[in-house]
Amino acid sequence: MSQTTMDPRLLRAPPKRKLRLSWADERVRGIVWQILVVGLFGAIFYWLWSNTVHNLEVRRIATGFGFLDREAGLPIGESLIEYSPTDTYLRALLVGLLNTLKVAVVGIVLATVLGTLVGIARLSRNWLLSKVAGVYIEVIRDLPLLLQLLFWYSIMQSLPGPRQSLNPVEGVFLSNRGLKLPWLEWQDAHTYALLAFVAGAVGTWLWSRRATALRLQDGKPRPVWPAALGLLVGLPLVVWFAFGAPWTVDWPALRGFNFRGGLTVTPEYFALLLGLVLYTAGFIAEIVRAGIQAVPHGQWEAAQALGLRRGAVLKRIVLPQALRVIIPPMTSQYLNITKNSSLAVAIGYQDIVSIANTVLNQTGQAIEGIAIIMLVYLTISLSISLFMNWYNARIALVER
Amino acid sequence: MQPFGLFSTRALSAAALAGTLLAGVAAPARAQAPAAQAPAAAASNTFDAVRSRGTLSCGVNTGVAGFAQPDSQGVWRGLDVDYCRAIAVALFNDANKVRFVPTTAQNRFTALQSGEVDLLARNTTWTLSRDTSLGFDFAAVNFYDGQGFMVKTSTGAKSGKDLEGATICVQPGTTTEQNLTEWARANRIRFSPVVIERLEEVVQAYASGRCDAYTTDISGLASTRSTQPNSEEHVILPDVISKEPLGPLVRQGDARFADVVRWTHFLLIAAEEFGITQANAAQMVNDPRPEVQRMLGRGGDLGKMLGLDNAWGLNVIRAVGNYGELFERHLTPIGIKRGPNALWTNGGLQYAPPFR
Ligand SMILES: N[C@@H](CCC(=O)N[C@@H](CS)C(=O)NCC(=O)O)C(=O)O
Repeated sequence: MSQTTMDPRLLRAPPKRKLRLSWADERVRGIVWQILVVGLFGAIFYWLWSNTVHNLEVRRIATGFGFLDREAGLPIGESLIEYSPTDTYLRALLVGLLNTLKVAVVGIVLATVLGTLVGIARLSRNWLLSKVAGVYIEVIRDLPLLLQLLFWYSIMQSLPGPRQSLNPVEGVFLSNRGLKLPWLEWQDAHTYALLAFVAGAVGTWLWSRRATALRLQDGKPRPVWPAALGLLVGLPLVVWFAFGAPWTVDWPALRGFNFRGGLTVTPEYFALLLGLVLYTAGFIAEIVRAGIQAVPHGQWEAAQALGLRRGAVLKRIVLPQALRVIIPPMTSQYLNITKNSSLAVAIGYQDIVSIANTVLNQTGQAIEGIAIIMLVYLTISLSISLFMNWYNARIALVER
Repeated sequence: MQPFGLFSTRALSAAALAGTLLAGVAAPARAQAPAAQAPAAAASNTFDAVRSRGTLSCGVNTGVAGFAQPDSQGVWRGLDVDYCRAIAVALFNDANKVRFVPTTAQNRFTALQSGEVDLLARNTTWTLSRDTSLGFDFAAVNFYDGQGFMVKTSTGAKSGKDLEGATICVQPGTTTEQNLTEWARANRIRFSPVVIERLEEVVQAYASGRCDAYTTDISGLASTRSTQPNSEEHVILPDVISKEPLGPLVRQGDARFADVVRWTHFLLIAAEEFGITQANAAQMVNDPRPEVQRMLGRGGDLGKMLGLDNAWGLNVIRAVGNYGELFERHLTPIGIKRGPNALWTNGGLQYAPPFR
């Protein structure tokens, strides 16, 4: 019989060393250095800060954020919320923030879709398709984004004027004033219906979770779709009818210089969105390709041996594994879209940078203006990172 | 021009602003704190700083014909540019000791606040807030202007009232954009703005038909019109919707430097009034009129009072000419009339206080 003995060195607790106040003690040295470094940073920061305050005072430059509730008087071309030049600087900045989000969010979605398709096409067994995708990726990534934006904007500008606009289908006009589409005359009922839809989506999600949990208990499948149909379509419809089912289409029509009515996609927004999406999709395509190729070939062969078709192999076996490789670099592409959207100023799309720059010019408060811009980008970027990290953790291999 | 410089310029001027304001004057800041009697000493050294640096850094347009534009040899030409040269001559007796820094309407103020430029000579309107809370001092008005609209003749618009529903191109960071919104409100005119920072881009947007009208100072419109391929196709509407007194400005707190700029302007005006020209300045030193003698440094020591060479007046006029000559050289060719910028003796507003 043998007794397993532990190495006695492992049993012994590490000796509790007393902190000797001596330079020879590594920990004392560490503490001293840390205090020194922190102190130095503090001193530099204090020095910069007090100088700034002093110099601003000497130069009689106004400081503080008091300007935010003064009347802006700025003309803004497009806005998601009601805005008039008599509104405050704060509201003007909010309009800019929403314009930044409008291009960043839509850009991220479209670039992901397009990039994924191109990335898959690049790996296609169809020679032409894969070559076209390859050329697209190379060309688009090699040209500076600003150049591309200016290019798209000049294309938009060379469209015919409003009087000669292209009119492919009834109510749709394309001219150098942008794309005009018929649009619903928005009323309260539509807002409520939209809210009902959101509530329905939450309800559907809860029900599908519940259904899965129940099935795990008793093994009986419970279909989700009838509830989903009711919640997502029925509920909003009921709400809409309850408010009198208003339905007036607002048709764009040429009156005087311009079109009135309808929905407008401005050339500035369109050029910026197009430029950002095409550019970023080139990078995303490469990320997707690399992700797919990172999945060992054996996975393909094993899946095919089971008799799955190529599409199914891609969808069920390869992509879920590839995602783990794809998500982290994707985060930086999303951050890039957001930050690159500030190139908007070059083509007259009034994003947060453009409006903050104007505000800091009108008020002369450059430091405050730059601080606002930094805060906005930091917040957006951190939110994207946090979300992507959460998503990455969710799809990560669960090791058991 | 150089679209790629855009963001680096912006980033640079922002960084420069932060940097200069922050690191600017560490020692004086401390030394000065107790001496409440001598405010603004830290900022009042532009004069000495420029003198010891040996060049004047002058913020100008990115290219408005007649005011500031590089010619085919890359030499800057224009009224504002010659103002910079005149001040360089006053300081160094050398018209070449100027560094021209192109600034957009939007980044010009940051450039001056941060010390990237010593002076802005760049069709900038004198307003109360710029004079106070932005921390500047306007030295003079070298061009009395007003805001107007330019449209293509094909639109058929005859006056501002015809612009109902129009799309209007405008540069941000200007009095122009604010005047536009106020004018539209007062006249109940609805318009869609297209707001673009770079001058070439905004003019391009107007020329391509993205906008029905382009609005800015009338001098700027005249300049833009003169550089369009078919200038007869564009018309400047008769409306003048604002007062735009344009002139050179400096950072607040350096009265000495502001004096040099202000009196150099007056010198150019007075020289025209007394008939002193680039060609005859050297002989005019012998003119019997005492004021002419004082201006040209023959009698008195007015130059010294400004901290300059006593012959600064002679040097400046010999180098660039008088105000009338500058106007003739740069603005008459693009079709701008003297109008309010005539001398007061001819019924205009340009007037210089006595050289005494
Ligand atoms: N006078 C107005 C407008 C000045 C202004 O910037 N005008 C435009 C149009 S003429 C300009 O000079 N742009 C030249 C540029 O951006 O380089 C102001 O001071 O706000």
